[in-house]
Parts: sequence; C-alpha cells; structure tokens
Amino acid sequence: MNKIKIEAENVNFYYGKTKALSGIDLKIYEKKVLALIGPSGCGKSTFLRCLNRMNDLIDGTRVEGKILLDGEDVYDKNVDVVKLRMRVGMVFQKSNPFPKTIFENVAYGLRVNGTKDKKILQEKVEQSLKQAAIWDEVKDRLHTSALSLSGGQQQRICIARALAISPEIILMDEPASALDPISTEKIEYLIHELKNLYTIVIVTHNMQQAARVSDFTAFFYVGELVEVDLTGTIFTNPTKKQTEDYITGKFG
Amino acid sequence: MENNLSLSKGKINSRKIAERVIFIFLRLVAVFVLGILGIILYFIFSEGFSVLSIGFLTEMPKEGMTEGGIFPAIVGTGYLVFFSMLFALPVGVCAGIYLQDYAKQGFLVKLIRLATNNLAGVPSIVFGLFGMAFFVHFLGFGASVLAGSLTLSLVVLPVIIRTTEEAVKTVPREIREASLALGATKWQTTYKIVLPYAFSGILTGSILSVGRVAGETAPILFTCAAYFLPRLPNSIFNEVMALPYHLYVISTSGTQIEKSRPLAYGTALVILMIVALTNLIAVILRNKFKIKQ
Repeated sequence: MNKIKIEAENVNFYYGKTKALSGIDLKIYEKKVLALIGPSGCGKSTFLRCLNRMNDLIDGTRVEGKILLDGEDVYDKNVDVVKLRMRVGMVFQKSNPFPKTIFENVAYGLRVNGTKDKKILQEKVEQSLKQAAIWDEVKDRLHTSALSLSGGQQQRICIARALAISPEIILMDEPASALDPISTEKIEYLIHELKNLYTIVIVTHNMQQAARVSDFTAFFYVGELVEVDLTGTIFTNPTKKQTEDYITGKFG
Repeated sequence: MENNLSLSKGKINSRKIAERVIFIFLRLVAVFVLGILGIILYFIFSEGFSVLSIGFLTEMPKEGMTEGGIFPAIVGTGYLVFFSMLFALPVGVCAGIYLQDYAKQGFLVKLIRLATNNLAGVPSIVFGLFGMAFFVHFLGFGASVLAGSLTLSLVVLPVIIRTTEEAVKTVPREIREASLALGATKWQTTYKIVLPYAFSGILTGSILSVGRVAGETAPILFTCAAYFLPRLPNSIFNEVMALPYHLYVISTSGTQIEKSRPLAYGTALVILMIVALTNLIAVILRNKFKIKQ
C-alpha cells in the first residue's frame, strides 16, 4: 500500500451554526487520485477547501478534528498557511487566470514567494506549461494576456500556475465542469500524467469522470462521508445502498 | 377563457395609449433636464467666452479686480487640489481597502461606514467652520494653503473611501482565492491583484473628487482663501486666491460689481472647464486601465 499523504481525523466543519461536515475520517494516499463525489451541498468542496485552509477566508467558519499532512496537523496554531498552500496547490471550478500575461500568471506563485532570478522563472514557467500540456499552444505568445485564451486553455494555464510552485498535492474543484468535451478530455489526460508526480484530490459531479480519472472514490452525502474505496469497487460493488443509488442515478 | 392570440383591439389599445403617454412624459422630463443644463452652459459660455484670452489666464487681477486676469486664483486652486489630494488619497484609499478587505465585518465596520456616509452628507460650510476652528486656530496653521487643503481633503475623504470600497468590492473572489492558493500573503494579494484590478475605479473616484475640490467654496472661505492677493504664495503657510472664492468675491462683494461682471462669467467658465476636463480625464483613464474580464 502507498504512503498516506493526508489523513483527516473526525473532521467537523461549521458555517456559522450550520454544520457542513460531520465526523469525516479519510485517508489520502500519495501519488494517487482521489475523487470526491456526491450531490450538490454534500460537503465535498468544503472538505477539499479544508485541505489547504481556503475556508479560513470565509468569516464565521470553524473546523474541528485534525487534518494531518505528512503527520502534521494543518490546523495547528503554528502552521504557516502560506507554506501549507505552497505544498497543497489548488485548481478552481471556474478558470480564474489573473488579468496578466500568460507568463506572469504562471510566474506569480514563484514571484510572491521571492524568486527573482529571471532564468529560473523562465525555466520554471516553461516546464510548468509543458507539464500542463499547453506549452505548444502558447509558447509564441507568452506575453499576451491570459484572458485572450479559450476557457479550456485558461484552465490549463491555471493548472500550470499551480504546478509552478512545485506542490506535493493538487486539489481540483470540478476543474472541467465549465469546459467542452474536448477540453475536458485534455484535462483528464493531464490528471493521468500528473498523478505520477503529485497526489491529486478532485471534486467532480461527473461520475464517468470520477470513474475514468481516479484510483479512489469517496462518496459524500449531507455532510457525511458515506463510503470510500477503490474506484472500481465503488462503481461496481458499493457496500452502502446510498452509494449505489447515487451512482446508478436513482437520486442526486 | 380569453384567447391569447385574439386581435381584438379594446384592451390592448388602452394599454398602448398608457404606454405612449408615459413614454412621452419620460422623454419630456429627460429633455427638460438636458435643456436646463444646456441653458446654463450656453449662458455662461456666451457671457464668459469673450473674456477668455491668454492674458485672462496668465495675468494678475488689476484695477480693483475689474480688469486683468485670474492667474493667482488658478494657481491657488491648483495648489489646493494638489495638496488636498496629497492628504486625502493615501488616507482614503487605505481606509477603503481596510474596510472592505481587512476589517472583520461587524458592528465597528458598520459604524465606520455609517459615519463615512454621514460625513459625505455634511454641508461643506460645516467643514469650513471645523477647518477654521481646528486647522487654522487650534493647530495654528493660520489661514493658509495647508489649512485649506486639509479641510478640503476632509470634504472628499468620504468620496474616496466609498469609491475605493466599491472598486475593491468588484474584484472577483475567484482571483483573490487563486492568489492566496498560490501561497501569496494577504498583502501581496492586495497590491499585486486587488489594487491593479481596482485601479481604474479608484482613479475615477479620485479624479471626480479633484473636480469637487476645485469647485468647493465654503471649506476654503475661512481657511485659506484671500480676497485679493496679487502674488503667488511662496509657502503652504500663505493664503491664496482660489477660483470659486474669487468668483464669489467679484460677483457679490467687489468694489465695482457691474464692471467686473464679465470677469465673473469668465471665471465661472474657467471653473466649468477645469471640472469638465477632470471628468473627461477620468473617463479616459478609466477606460485605459479597465481590466476586462
């Protein structure tokens, strides 16, 4: 069995008085893809955003329990959120490039973390764009605005941007939900390539996508983790009735 | 049951008439408003245009302000605009960013917002009195460019705070999150992402407040404006002439009001042109720096 990269222990999460997650226990294995599925509002995105503490930005939220990254609780008082987020990168649902050039988008994470050397920046940007399988499409216009690209290209720029700071884990929040089938296929192919180097957690509404890209699948329902197992098992032989109903399309 | 496709006229017609009447009414009101603006502009242009000349803009007033130019008033207004912006911009922009992005949204922030909004509604003569009491007397600046600029900066501070807040608010949450998710600190996100994005909005607000500063009379009345001062100030502790006050003086309390009337229209025209120019600049810059999403 692979090494455990992240381990959630009895995680509860509150938006004000509303409990959004209760008692989540989940192990995330290194260099594997974990898909989080479940109907809207089930807490899968909330859980994802706990892993890099993006929920800290929302006033009135509260977390209980532990989320251990290589054995270290990310919610510990001594944790530097900036360092955490450099190790746990994120790709969002809506492609959200900065209104800057393609180059500056990818270099952003390096720049804010103090990299000034132009050569290193250039190498890293090229390497990240290649990893995100978009280098060939943009190499001649690195200094044009990232907003001039198509939605699918923008999303791959966002992936390259996340890769540039060499994270260990990449969180993806429905990264292909706003994209056409061809762009989606590219992103999925990318996930296949990236899992050799990174641990990936992906939230998706698209069950076929979960089946195609992931090694493990976790099914969330009304703030609880119903079941987690190998993707093959979840989709062919789930132990819980709720999981079966959801994946067969009986509800949700 | 009524047939939706029925072409019977009765009901439809009365609705159409109402529609027409309302439409004509709204159009008349709009034309009326435009018309008034047009009349004011026409009046000032026709009365003041003949006075406009290079000399009018570059000479000192002469003969008890019935002849000569308005140069010191233009320069004075320039000083007041410059220094009041120097004080109001940094404070206003920082306050706006703090209120919108940093302060914990709660009772205190609500209170500050309420205070800011009320401040914006305070009559400018009250600012003038406050400026006189506080800057001129209490802090001992005397009637001076400094006291006048500080008073004017208080007048426009709420405007700048509000526009900054509004501009900062338009920055999409996704972009801020992207920045933070890449390991940027909050401050890095503010100045690398939020500020460039909000820049055109902040700029617009600031330039509009330049127009306001250039045109306000009451705040400078007791704090810096000189009745007649045919030389330029040589420090910020000097009094100055300023366009709006000069206009007031030569149209109400000059030595020979009738004789200086054309000059008054000329001065009004210059103020109007300065305000129009700053607004035009605001529009151009806003479009130039606007970030399309």
